[in-house]
Amino acid sequence: MSMPDKKGHYGIYGGKFAPETLMPALAELEAAYLAAKKDKEFTAELEFYNREFIGRPTPLYFARRLTDHLGGAKIYLKREDLCHTGAHKINNSLAQVLLAKRMGKTRVVAETGAGQHGVATATAAAMFGLDCEVYMGTDDVARQSLNVFRMKLLGTVVRPVDLGSKTLKDAINEAMRDWITNVANTHYVLGTVFGPHPFPMMVRDFQSVIGREAKKQIMKFEGKLPDAMIACVGGGSNAMGLFYEFLEEPSVKMYGVEAGGLGIERGKHAARFAGGSLGVLQGSKTFILQDEDGQIELTHSVSAGLDYAAVGPEHAFYHDSGRIEYTYAVDEEAMEAFDLLSRLEGIIPALESAHAVAYCLKLAPTLGKDKVVVVNLSGRGDKDVMQVAKIKGVEL
Amino acid sequence: MSRIKNTFNRLKKKNETALIPYIMAGDPDLATTKTLILEMEKAGCDIIEIGAPFSDPLADGPTIQKAAIRSLKNHTSIADVLGLVADVRTTSKIPLILMTYYNLIFHYGEERFVNDAASAGLDGVILPDLPPEEATVLIPLAKKAGLDTIFLLAPTSTEDRIKLVCRVSQGFVYYVSLTGVTGARAGAVQSSIEESLKKIKAATDKPVAVGFGISTPAQAAQIAHWGADGVIVGSALVKVIEEHVGTPELLVRAVEFARTLKQGVLAGHGN
Ligand SMILES: Cc1ncc(COP(=O)(O)O)c(C=O)c1O
Repeated sequence: MSMPDKKGHYGIYGGKFAPETLMPALAELEAAYLAAKKDKEFTAELEFYNREFIGRPTPLYFARRLTDHLGGAKIYLKREDLCHTGAHKINNSLAQVLLAKRMGKTRVVAETGAGQHGVATATAAAMFGLDCEVYMGTDDVARQSLNVFRMKLLGTVVRPVDLGSKTLKDAINEAMRDWITNVANTHYVLGTVFGPHPFPMMVRDFQSVIGREAKKQIMKFEGKLPDAMIACVGGGSNAMGLFYEFLEEPSVKMYGVEAGGLGIERGKHAARFAGGSLGVLQGSKTFILQDEDGQIELTHSVSAGLDYAAVGPEHAFYHDSGRIEYTYAVDEEAMEAFDLLSRLEGIIPALESAHAVAYCLKLAPTLGKDKVVVVNLSGRGDKDVMQVAKIKGVEL
Repeated sequence: MSRIKNTFNRLKKKNETALIPYIMAGDPDLATTKTLILEMEKAGCDIIEIGAPFSDPLADGPTIQKAAIRSLKNHTSIADVLGLVADVRTTSKIPLILMTYYNLIFHYGEERFVNDAASAGLDGVILPDLPPEEATVLIPLAKKAGLDTIFLLAPTSTEDRIKLVCRVSQGFVYYVSLTGVTGARAGAVQSSIEESLKKIKAATDKPVAVGFGISTPAQAAQIAHWGADGVIVGSALVKVIEEHVGTPELLVRAVEFARTLKQGVLAGHGN
C-alpha cells in the first residue's frame, strides 16, 4: 500500500494540522519511526515483547455456540481481549514507548477514553522505566474508575480533564497541550489511528499485527480467507489493525461499526459517517461531528472508547472508496450483544467490542453456513462491569 | 500596500515597536468587544488581534479557553466576527487580524472567507493549527483577496522551517516566545528570545512580532528592547477582562492595561 503520501494524506484526508511548535517533533518522530521499522534490532525487540509480554499471537477462536445460535455464517473471534492489559491498545502503546525510549525521551503522555489505552501506556512505561502522565475526561474517569486505579497502581499520574465534553476529545486536547509544552523530553503516545501524520500511519502499522495473525490462523482453520470481517471504530485502530492485511483481498468484505449511542440525533451519538461532515480536528482532516458553525459537537456512547467526534483519516478514505462499509450499533444493541456473548461463549466483551458483536448478530444470520466471519474482539469487559451493573440497576 | 505593512513601516520610521493586544470576540459580548477595540486604538494600540472562539483550542491555555467558552455561550461565529470587523472598520484605522482555528475557516469555506473578510476590512489571519504545508489552498486565495496570512515560528523551529515560514508569512512573522500554549507567565521572559529574534531577522526583512506568555509592561519593554517589531499580549489582557466581566469597570481596566503595555514597548525600544 502506498498510503499515506509523503505529507501524510490519504486522498483528501489526513495531513499534519499541528502548531508550529510540534512540526519539528512530528518530523523527528516520522524519521525515527521509519528508521526503527527498517532496523532488525528494533523489530526483533518488538516481536520479543509482543510474544513474551503481551502474549501474542492471540487466538482466533471459533465461537461455536454463537454460530449455532445465529444459524448462519461461522463466527470467529480474534481474541485481542486476551492481550496483556485486556485490549488491543497495548500493541501500539508498547511499540511507541519502545520507540520513545530509542529516541531518548524520558517521559510519555497519553490520552485515554475507556482507560484501556491509558492502562496500556502506563504498563509499557512502567516496564521500560519512563515517566508517564495520562489525560482523561472527568466523565470517563467516573465511568471507568477501575482503569483509573490500575493506572495509578502502575505509577502513572492520571490528570482528569474537566473541559468541553469531558471525554476523549478533551483528553486529546490536554495531552497535545502537554506535548507542546514538554516536547523536548516527552513523547505523546497517541492511542488510535488519528492526529497529525505520522500517527495514523504508525499506529496502523503497529496494530496490523492483528490482521497478519488472523490471516494465517484462518487459512489454517478454514483453508480460505474470511468472507467478512467486523470491527468497532472509535478512532479506528483495532479496525485498521485487523483490516489492513486484507485491504487488497477483494473477496473479503469489511464492516466498521461506530457508536450509534441513543440514536442518530445531534449530540446523542458518535457515528461520524452517519452524522458527520468533512472538517479538521486535532491534526487531521477527516469526518467530524460538528455544528453549522464548525464547532465540534458533543457525543454520546455507552462505551467511552467509541465516544469521540472524529474518526481516523484512513477510514474516511475507505469510506469514500467503498472498500470498507460503515454502520453503527446503538447503546441498546451493544448491551444486548454484551449479554449474549457473555452467556453463550463465556467471554465478557468490552462495551466497545460489543458494538462489533452487535453487528455480527445482524450479519451472520443473513449469510450461508459455508461463509466465515471474523469479529475483532478488541478488548475484555472487566473494566465495564461496574458501569453495566449501574445501567442494569444492580448494586454491587 | 497592506494596512499591516503600512503600520510597521510607519512605526519603524518613528523607531517604535507595535503593541498588538489580543482579545476574544464576544467575550463577554460583541458590543463590549467593539467598544474595547475602538478604545484600545485611542489608547495607542497599533494592531488588534481578534480571537474567534473554537470549541477545541489546542494551542491555548486556560485563560483563553475560558474566554472562548464565555463567547460560545452566545454562539459567536465567524460570520459574527466578520460583522463586528465591518462595523468597527467604519471608524477604526488600524489593522485588525483574526486569530482562530482552521476548522472554522475550512467549514465557512476558504474562498468565501477571504472574500467576506476582505470586504469587511479585515487585514490578516492567524491560524495556529494551520502550518504552511497545509495552507496551499488558503495562501493564494488570501493573496488574491489582499488578506495577509500570518504564520508562526517557535523555539523548536529548525533552520529549514524558519526559511519556509519567513518566505510564506505575509504582514509579519509571529514568533511564539516559548515552548508551550498561550497563558500569562510571571517573572522574566526567556533570554533565548533575543537570540531567536536575531536568527529570524537574519532570515527575513519582514517584521517579526513576539507573542505567547508576555504579560507585563516590563516584559513587553524587554521584548521591544531586543528588537522585536511587535509585541503581542493576549492572556494577561483577557485575564483583566475575565476579572471584570459583569462590572462597569471592565472597559476602563482593560484599556488602562493596554495603555501601560504600550508605555512598556515605548520605554523598551531604543533603550
Ligand atoms: C476495547 C476497545 N476497543 C476499541 C476501542 C476504540 O478504539 P479504536 O477504534 O482505536 O480501536 C477502545 C478504545 O478505548 C477500546 O478500549
